[in-house]
Amino acid sequence: MVATAVAIAVMRNLFAAVMMFGIFSFLAAGVFVTLDAVDVAFTEAAVGAGISTILMLATLARVGGRERGVHGHGLFPLAAAVFTGWALIYATFDFPRVGDPAAPAHQHVAPRYINESGTEVGIPNVVTSVLASYRGYDTLGEVTVIFAAGVGVWCLIGATRRRPRRREEKQ
Amino acid sequence: MRHHLVLRVICKLLVPLILLFALYVQFHGDFGPGGGFQAGVIFGAGFILYGVVFGLGHFEDVVNPLVLRSFAACGLLLYLLVGVAGPLMGGNYLDYDVLLEDPVSGQHLGILLVELGVGMTVAAVMISLFYAFADRRFRD
Repeated sequence: MVATAVAIAVMRNLFAAVMMFGIFSFLAAGVFVTLDAVDVAFTEAAVGAGISTILMLATLARVGGRERGVHGHGLFPLAAAVFTGWALIYATFDFPRVGDPAAPAHQHVAPRYINESGTEVGIPNVVTSVLASYRGYDTLGEVTVIFAAGVGVWCLIGATRRRPRRREEKQ
Repeated sequence: MRHHLVLRVICKLLVPLILLFALYVQFHGDFGPGGGFQAGVIFGAGFILYGVVFGLGHFEDVVNPLVLRSFAACGLLLYLLVGVAGPLMGGNYLDYDVLLEDPVSGQHLGILLVELGVGMTVAAVMISLFYAFADRRFRD
């Protein structure tokens, strides 16, 4: 994953960089599988490695596949990136160990969801019952966000194109 | 793209399987990994594969952008209506217990409908995003 990330940053050919993005997402999906988060891995593989790669390729087909040369020195961006990376790594030192039962994430509502889901919702996949039932509001918000994104793209680029037939009539 | 014979034949074989798998992921999400989001994306990917291989001209014969937009809106509307059905039948908003006599069956029905709404919106938005971004070069 580190190698693909470095390759993405170094590459000048954007088509290759998009493919590396896909590989990165696929590796991330593999990591999620090893962490037993199958639903998340599924989403990452479908959305990250699948759809977003295609969307980026479609965009590149419109705007061209070469990155323009970098103007000026990159000292400030480098400093910002290094500082942000250091802060993130520093924050991971306070993380609880992986799978620690005393971790805050496993203390609040998670035991109730895991213990009661079978009798209250009656669905074998706890992820689905949390997603669609216990946290229905959140999922509603996510769907609204996706719909709003779609509406934004329709307004900006336009979903109904002029059909080629009409162009021929003009000519 | 008239000469990509192997690609076109394989694509024709794959697209129905992809759509079938998407429906499996959609309705089997209660029992295994998956659900509306993943199913919508896979369903969209099937259509996008068709569009990439056969060109936007054929793609437009299959998919009408207006229908696509109404599908996206209908998915969200379905979710909202399932939510509103709760208060109408004497419960809270997005409370599926009251949808049927048995709370557990109500939960099943509610989750099924909500996931269907999610899948519809996600699939329609993904396909129309591709359609909006796709270059005219795909059109032959």
